Parts: sequence; C-alpha cells; structure tokens
Amino acid sequence: MAQIQLNTKQIDNLKQQACLISKQLHNFIDNYSTVSVERSVLRLFGVDGINRDKIPLANRLVDIIQQKSCIKSGISRYFTAAMLQSNKNARITAELIEQGKIKFGTLNGFSHEKIKNKETELTNKAIKILDTSRKNKRKKQKKFPKPSYPLRYMIVATGNIYEDRLQASSAVMAGADIIAVIRSTAQSLLDYIPYGPTTEGFGGTYATQENFKIMRKALDEASENAKRYISLVNYASGLCMPEIAVCAVFEDLDMLLNDSMYGILFRDINMKRTFVDQYFSRLICSRAKIIINTGEDNYLTTSDAIENAYTVTASQLINEALGKKALLTDDLLGLGHAFEINPEIKNAFLFELAHAQLAKQLFPKAVLKYMPPTKYKSTDIFYSHCMDALYNLASVLTGQKIHLAGILSEASHTPLMFERYQSLSNINYVFNIAKDLGNEIEFKNNGIIQKRAKQVLDEAEVFLSDILKTGLMEAIADGKFANIKRPVNGGKGLDGVFLKSPDYSNPILERLEKEGIVDG
Amino acid sequence: MDEHLIKPYGDKLNDGIVQLSFTLPVENSPKAVKAAQMYVSKLNFQNISVVHAKKIAQGFTYFVVYAQAIPALDLRLVKPKQIENKHLDFYEINKLIKNSLKRCLTVVGASIGTDAHTVGIDAIMNMKGYNQDYGLERYPEINAYNLGSQVTSEKLLKEAIDKKADAILVSQTVTQNNMHIHNLTELIELIEAENLKDQYILIVGGPQITNELAIEMGYDAGFGPDTLPSEVASYIMHKLQKNKDMT
Repeated sequence: MAQIQLNTKQIDNLKQQACLISKQLHNFIDNYSTVSVERSVLRLFGVDGINRDKIPLANRLVDIIQQKSCIKSGISRYFTAAMLQSNKNARITAELIEQGKIKFGTLNGFSHEKIKNKETELTNKAIKILDTSRKNKRKKQKKFPKPSYPLRYMIVATGNIYEDRLQASSAVMAGADIIAVIRSTAQSLLDYIPYGPTTEGFGGTYATQENFKIMRKALDEASENAKRYISLVNYASGLCMPEIAVCAVFEDLDMLLNDSMYGILFRDINMKRTFVDQYFSRLICSRAKIIINTGEDNYLTTSDAIENAYTVTASQLINEALGKKALLTDDLLGLGHAFEINPEIKNAFLFELAHAQLAKQLFPKAVLKYMPPTKYKSTDIFYSHCMDALYNLASVLTGQKIHLAGILSEASHTPLMFERYQSLSNINYVFNIAKDLGNEIEFKNNGIIQKRAKQVLDEAEVFLSDILKTGLMEAIADGKFANIKRPVNGGKGLDGVFLKSPDYSNPILERLEKEGIVDG
Repeated sequence: MDEHLIKPYGDKLNDGIVQLSFTLPVENSPKAVKAAQMYVSKLNFQNISVVHAKKIAQGFTYFVVYAQAIPALDLRLVKPKQIENKHLDFYEINKLIKNSLKRCLTVVGASIGTDAHTVGIDAIMNMKGYNQDYGLERYPEINAYNLGSQVTSEKLLKEAIDKKADAILVSQTVTQNNMHIHNLTELIELIEAENLKDQYILIVGGPQITNELAIEMGYDAGFGPDTLPSEVASYIMHKLQKNKDMT
C-alpha cells in the first residue's frame, strides 16, 4: 500500500500519551461500578425476562439492592445467596425475589465459603457463554471464504424487525457484508433494555435480545444463500452499554457500536457512568470477539472536518488505548473516521485521502470504520450519489476495513429499499474497478496530502498533551471535543454510579481481567 | 398549446418527459416489466419506456422509467405563499435590531421529536452558519439558544418562555412515515393550548418543509433546504416589524 512519510517517533509518542491518559482514567474507573454493570452480571448469571409492569427483572433486582443501600458490595453475592436459598435456576430465583418470596440483600446466613463456591460455579457458566459465542461465530465464519475488504456495511431502519429482515436480505443480495439494525432514536437514553420482538420504532428498531435473535437467524439464512458470512451489528453506546453487550453475546452478534465518549458528548450521558460502563462492556466484547465500532465520525458532523480533524485522531488514539486496556486486540478495534469535508473546498478529496491514509497508518492492523459524507449531502440525490462514489474511491484506495454505505437520500429520509440497492451498486462498481489502486500509487513527498497528514498529526500531539495535563474528564468538561461542554457530574445516569466498597464482588470482571486475552 | 399551460421539459417544450424510479413487489420477469409500464400509464403518462429492471429482493423488482406526462398545468392558477420580505445581510440585520428593537433579539431553536439530526438547526444557529453565511449565534444583537436534537415540545416551549424569546425555530431533518407532520402538529397544539401563539414568531425548517406546509400547520413561515441564517433572521425582523405596525 502507498504510504505517507510520517515520523515514527512522533507516532510512538502519541500512543504513549494516549496510554497515559487511559491509565489516569483507570484510576477512577477501577474504583467504581454502575447499575448497568450489576445488571449485566445478573444477565450473565442467567436472569432474564420482565415483570408484570414490563420492567426487566435485572432492573428490578438492582433497584431492590440499591434501595437497601447495599449495592456498594456488588450484586453478585446477594444473588448467589438467593440462589442457594431458592435452590432454583437464576431466572426463577429472580422471579421469586421480585415477588418478595425470597429475602434479598443479605447473605441469608450462608457461609463465606459456600457463597464463594456458588459464585464460582455461576461465573464459570457465564464465562462459558462468552466463549461459546466466540466459538460459534468462528465456526460459522470458517464455512465461508475469507471476506474481501473493505466490508460493505448497510443499515436497515424500518422500526419493524420483521420488515427489517426483508430489507436486510435485499441488501445482502446487492452485496452487503454487514447489516446494522439502527436503533430506535433515543434508546441510548433508556436505562433498561426493552423486551421481546418489536414492530414499532422511530427512525429505527429497538435493540432487544429477541430482535437480535430474529435478525441473526435471518442473516444465517442470507449467509447460506450468498455464500459469504454476513455480520450483524447493533449499538451499545448509551445507558446500557455492558448489558447490550451481554445480549449481543447471547445472540452471536459480530459488532457493536461501543464508543468511550459518544454517549457523553452526543447524548449527554454522565461521563463517570460512561467510562465505567464502556470498560466492562469492552471486556465482554473482547472475550466473545465482538468488534467494537467507535464514533469519531460524529465530531465532524458538529464541528468542521478540516479544523477539527485532529480531534478525530486524538479520540481514535484514546479509544485504542482504552480498548487495549479492556483487552481488545487490533482485529476488534473498529476505530471510526469520516469523509465529511465541505465539497466546496478546493482539493477536498486530497484532504480526505490524507485523513483516511493517516488513520490507516496510525492503526495499520485495526479494522477501521469509515463513514460516508452526511453533513454536506444534498437533497439533489444525483449529486449526493456522486459524493458517495468519491467516498467509495477514497475507502478502497486507502484500504479501509469497515465501509459504511453512503446513501443518496441521506439528506431527506431513512433509506428506501431501492436506494440501498443504488448505494451498493455504486460501491460494488468502485471497489471492483479500483481494487488495487492503493498498491500502484505513491504519495508525493512534501505534496498536499503528505503535508496535510503531518499537520493533523502535529495538532493531535499538542491536543493530547493538553488533555494529559488536565485529565480526560476535565478536557471533556472544557469542551475540547466537538465543541461540546459536559460537566463531570452532569448528564444522565450519574445516580447509577457508585464507589465500590472494600468487599465489592464482581467475579466475572475479575475473571476476565485475570485471564487476559483469550482466543480460539 | 396556450402559453400559460406548462408541462415537464425534457429537451423540447411541452414534451412532458419525466424520469421515475420505483420498486414493485413482483419477481423480475417480462410480466414485472409490463406491470411497471401499465402502472406508470395509470399515473397518466404515455410513451412509457422501462429502461431498467433489476431484482433487488426475493419478489421485488426495481425500475427506472422514462415517460411523457399527459396533463398540463395552467400557471395562472399557481399562487405560492412565498416569503416576500427583503433579504438583509448580517450587518443590516444587526443594525436593524439595534435601531428598531432597541434590545437584543432572542431566538430559541431545536430539533424536536426523535430526530437525532442537528444539521438543520446547527446550519441556522451555530456560530459557523451555512455556506459562508454566519449563524445566529454570531450576531452580536441576537441571543441565540440552540437546544440541539431530540428536544420535547414541552422543553422547547418552556425554554422559549424562560428566555423571553421573540422567535422559536423548529427543525425536522430526517423523517420517516411523516413523523415530522406529527411532531410539528404536537408543538403547535401545545403552544395554542397555552394561548401563546401570538407571543412568538414560529418558524419551521427542514428538507421536506415548504412555506405553504408550515402556514397550513399554523406556523408563521417554513424554510426548505439551502436556507441561509440571514434569510431566517431577515424574516424574523420583517415579521416583528409588521406585527408592531399592526398594534
């Protein structure tokens, strides 16, 4: 692949700075837990279902413990004690607790050792769920030829999961490798996961475990027909980050939008909540081999793509460092960036190439996620279709890995079925005719592209050292990312964050940390 | 043909040529192509040519069709509700506010409902503006409050009351199943229920918005794609002065 001459020492320095920022942040993260982390533990222990008021049992149980002010110790031991008491499976135990038939929030007089043994048994089962999902996916993928990059990522968003199936199979027929079911807007702000199959949503379809199952089954069939593995994506970012990761594991999802800062900046979710949640969520993704997608592209929809390109680079470096801390390997890091420069700027395409190539060279082994133009998409769909063609060219030329399909009607409505077909035809055409272009060209030394890439790198370096001085939380509070200020103790979900007491127990987290990167 | 009667223009006056693309729930086959042709004929077109047919899902075919429209329209009957005020620039607007209002103009804006897109409201309100035209935040004489996206109608109205706004800007960018109509109706009903309709200049913007649609729904004005911040500000000042003249 063509390479821009970059200063490797500078790159090492940038990565080191990002590492230090992540370490600083972990001084905080490691001492705290959240209600969604505790609910994830319950779900992995086997708690599922809802009560009469349609509230998930995982939420009910955590609420009870919170009311009794003993959440600081973690829910694991209390639930274990309840299981010993009921002598039933996790789901029935949860129902009995919720109906008030079992005491909850005490150790019920069981010995420390007895609790510990039962906790270990439950943890073994939980870890097995993560390992099984990983193995299931590997087995399915092996049945098909190795995928050809960039992978074609297409969204479906009808609101009705059954209608989404049809849209997805149509997209696969047109060449999609990845199907993302866009979530119903504002689901990221729900502090619980809706339950069961859903047929109504706004601008998307609710992320529920049952919806995951329905779509994964449809894509398994589509994979067989298309003779290539079709990946399924959903969205974890929000108030339920680790819980959605658990549901995704249960249904063998391949990718999750899982950004360490997106919820804070763009959904006004409290930063403490997000940082703690993203860590446990990513540990789960690492073990089950779910590729995370990060949301740097969003910075460029609110601030200028030239002026603020360095914030994308800086955020990628931070997401990488936090991801590695959560045991994610390069093949699971779908770091985001986007083709969002104002098309009226002369040589905008060259700057886009500089940005895309820079990302590629900074993270050569990562599965970079490249986003299409949205901000300057015109309601003249034919003009927008041309923009997408150039975006497609930039992607194949710079060897991006996950390519989100640009759609000509982006500026006016959620895509219609034939607009997905038009979009994929455009991608197929460009990817095919320019497949090896990146291997045939060189970037001119001191040319426009090289100079631009260097400039972004220099700006990112200054920015990261600034962040390191104050810490990431203060930097966000200061409005350093996307020109949005979020106070450390502001935003939604702060009441679900708590300091762990010395006797805190989360045996799943402990085990995942202890066993490190596991593959095979 | 009467000079007032018009038809779509392909490459000759009154040839009526249009380009259509659509999908039918029929498996691609000679029957599907014929169905596409017959369907377009039902839409009142003639000389229909189905130039492209492609299977895009099990039991669905996508078509590109060219055809000649039969009906003509009498242009004399077309009376759009256009925004007729003069388009002032940044400096003229600031000067006008300073001289005629003698205080700052307050504008509160948001994208309401579930739409997560801030592109529209940002283009008008953010410092940077749109297409080299400064956004309202940049105007020294305007207090601009951009509440962002996914704001409820209640919150937007409350903010307008708290900030003593002169104008409320509502944006609806990407919509599905006519959600924008639903959202905009909800807001106007709320404002009417509170008896506040005359308190504010109500403006709506978005790619699917026309001035006519906005007025029909009870708003003062509607702005479509490619609107500049200064056009919106010009309108607000025009309307404020007009209201003042009437009282």
